[in-house]
Amino acid sequence: MTSTSPILQVENLSVRYPGSAVPAVRNLSFTVGRERLGIVGESGSGKSTVGRAILRLLHGAALTADRLQFEDVDLLAATERQMLSVRGRRITMILQDPKFSLNPIQRVGAQVAEAFRTHFACSKAEARAKSIAMLEAVQIRDADRVYDLYPHEVSGGMGQRVMIAMMLLTNPDLVIADEPTSALDVTVRLNVLTILDDLVRDKGIGLLIISHDLNLVRNFCDRVLIMYAGQVVEELAARDLDRATHPYTRGLIAAQPRIGGSRQPLAVLDRQDAWETDRGAQP
Amino acid sequence: MLAALIVIAAFAPLIATHDPYLQNLGDALARPSGAHVFGTDELGRDIFSRLVHGARITLTIIFLVTIVVGPIGLFVGTVAGYHGGWLDTILMRVTDIFLSFPSLILSLAFVAALGPSLNNAIIAIALTAWPPIARLARAETLTFRSADYIAAARLQGASSWRIIWRSIVPMCMPSLLIRLTLNMATVILTAAGLGFLGLGAQPPLPEWGAMIATGRRYMIDSWWLVTFPGLAILCVSLGFNLLGDGLRDALDPKQMNKR
Amino acid sequence: MRRAVFGQATGIIVTLLGLLILTFVIGRIMPVDPVRAIVGEDAPREVYDRVFRQLGLDRPVWEQFLLYLRDVLRFDFGTSIRTGQPVLEDIKRVLPATIELATFAIIIGASLGIAMGVTAAVNKDRWPDHVIRIVSLMGHSMPIFWTGMIGLLIFYAALGWVGGSGRMSQFYIGMVPETTGFLLIDSAIAGEWDVFKSALRHLILPASLLGYSSAAYITRMTRSFMLDQLGQEYVTTARVKGLSSRQTVWRHAFANIRVQLVTIVALAYGSLLEGAVLIETVFAWPGFGQYLTSNLLIGDMNAVMTCVLVVGVIFIGLNILSDLLYRVFDPRTR
Repeated sequence: MTSTSPILQVENLSVRYPGSAVPAVRNLSFTVGRERLGIVGESGSGKSTVGRAILRLLHGAALTADRLQFEDVDLLAATERQMLSVRGRRITMILQDPKFSLNPIQRVGAQVAEAFRTHFACSKAEARAKSIAMLEAVQIRDADRVYDLYPHEVSGGMGQRVMIAMMLLTNPDLVIADEPTSALDVTVRLNVLTILDDLVRDKGIGLLIISHDLNLVRNFCDRVLIMYAGQVVEELAARDLDRATHPYTRGLIAAQPRIGGSRQPLAVLDRQDAWETDRGAQP
Repeated sequence: MLAALIVIAAFAPLIATHDPYLQNLGDALARPSGAHVFGTDELGRDIFSRLVHGARITLTIIFLVTIVVGPIGLFVGTVAGYHGGWLDTILMRVTDIFLSFPSLILSLAFVAALGPSLNNAIIAIALTAWPPIARLARAETLTFRSADYIAAARLQGASSWRIIWRSIVPMCMPSLLIRLTLNMATVILTAAGLGFLGLGAQPPLPEWGAMIATGRRYMIDSWWLVTFPGLAILCVSLGFNLLGDGLRDALDPKQMNKR
Repeated sequence: MRRAVFGQATGIIVTLLGLLILTFVIGRIMPVDPVRAIVGEDAPREVYDRVFRQLGLDRPVWEQFLLYLRDVLRFDFGTSIRTGQPVLEDIKRVLPATIELATFAIIIGASLGIAMGVTAAVNKDRWPDHVIRIVSLMGHSMPIFWTGMIGLLIFYAALGWVGGSGRMSQFYIGMVPETTGFLLIDSAIAGEWDVFKSALRHLILPASLLGYSSAAYITRMTRSFMLDQLGQEYVTTARVKGLSSRQTVWRHAFANIRVQLVTIVALAYGSLLEGAVLIETVFAWPGFGQYLTSNLLIGDMNAVMTCVLVVGVIFIGLNILSDLLYRVFDPRTR
């Protein structure tokens, strides 16, 4: 299902934080088209770093790549001024926990509207109308009222829908979703993801889901990258996950609890040093 | 810089080029020169030598205040924090009352009541310097009080004094030492302020604040009278501030900002 | 909520009571004989005894305290031995000068401290951070009375940029009617712009120095609050939205520390009073600090204790004020 014209092309991306001996991300290569790509890995595998590296939000970290091309923009060479017109307008990112990712002392509506007003010249009233329409699009009932609430007054699920509204309002080409549901109650996860998924499909937006949740990725993505220790160990179509060949991926799958599965203790990952060795630049 | 201060204080008689009390009216208000590096004051006394001897007074004040304030603050804070309840309420109320004054004003009041002298200045400063320490020790104690190892010690039948002394006090020490170090800078300034107002060390003692006070009268024509003692205070106080700041960064960057 | 207010009110009353006990006790321990201070060294025995009883010194201590309490509740703080006027009148007269000075100083100190604190936090561990740390610690380490003198030497005596001692040039004294006691306001009301200018020239140096010394604390707290906020996720959200780092810092992170800063500035204002005592001596500023110190030196305890009490009350007032502002400004506490 890979689209013919990729939105984002990443070749041999490496990120090293200052003061750290090992790069957080090593020689990562992938492309995103008008599709849904999942990046899966445990905490510490460097998957969150990828999203921030694409948006060039890692201050002080050393970022190298052979290629980091977003449509017509070379993200590696772009000036900060160019990045400002990319961030929030053409690439956006949905963060993990609305409890922390929304500004606690601003009304949620104003925060949504700000995303729009940063990139489009319009009156306050227009931005408000746009925001309310978007809040309705993420299935917030009574959006007019919710607009004037503070983040501590909305539930986690609603907060994350506000976040989605904020990040889709400018009609971006690529949305990065960094663990979009792991902070939410299990009961609302599916709901929130479905809303996101519907909107992304309707608008033909490229979606990069970063998650540790294999099932989520299996159900909502077209393709999956498995990361371990800053590198991709395997790449496959989501429906082929069960046919994974790499022992790490197989280990991850085996460690998933299943309703109605055997009551044996879950398999524990048997890590091998070989996975960590540098796989070198990929052609 | 602080090590230098201690060395200077210890070997003051050797370092000083002149007798700090020796008057020489023929040589009064002399500019800094080869004979008198920092010049002389209105009675012809060598300012450099007076500063060097003044370091002893400053160190004495810091030392005495710290050994009084540290244990008192630690005691009040840990006891209040560990026991909680009414004892905590009372002790913290008292602390709050002391904290509701700027320390210099309260010291002023105490000295005014006790009568101006170096000893009374030290007492007054000590009386006003313990509350922040107590506050800090209490806050620290509260974070440790519910820790499992304290519960374990209690289950083993350790008395509360023993728990406070053996388990809580050591845990409070790092942040307390930082606070005491930063406190020393304040103590120096307060002592100098009292000296300046004529409520601390009395003439002819070469206390730095008092030196500035007397130098003030000759300030316009003889700038060196006030400049050098002031620089001495600045250096020592800055030294303690830098030390405390560095310690804070090294030990814990966040919690010290809360009082 | 009502419970909290009630608890706070009792807290305030207890603190005030403690304050009174403290001033009472300090007043009692002084070695100067208060009767001698009034009647003089060689007054006859009968006069001494009469005054002794008048002052209530023959009664038990707790009764004396109650009498003191009664007087305080009636706003009767006794008479200053030096000026022969009721102490409260004296304080009303001198306080505006100090408040004018301290307010000007806190405006300077807060602007400087907040600007430095934010800059330091944004540039953490880079050179601006280190420079600011030194600059602000210097301000914190200088004896303010000495800085005042050096300032006078340089800016008044050598350069002539600012006015010298006092609130205005000798020439203008008495030209403006005292309406509020705040010279800048009074002269503006009277339309005496020359006096206004002179007052400003005299105010600017002591206020700047005081402000600089208080900036250290404000800088340090601003920096640490900002660092806290800059590490938060919503800052990333703002960046993701396409806001520049300047917009992010001021519109989002800084907006979140405003409430905390109000508290800090209120506390700093309180400790400014301490610096004011010293700097007023240097600048011959006819304010509260000078009144306090001159009475201290002659042992006029009525005046001194009332001054201490006033400072304490101002401090408590500032604490309550900052608490209230906190409640008003932070949507989470509403």
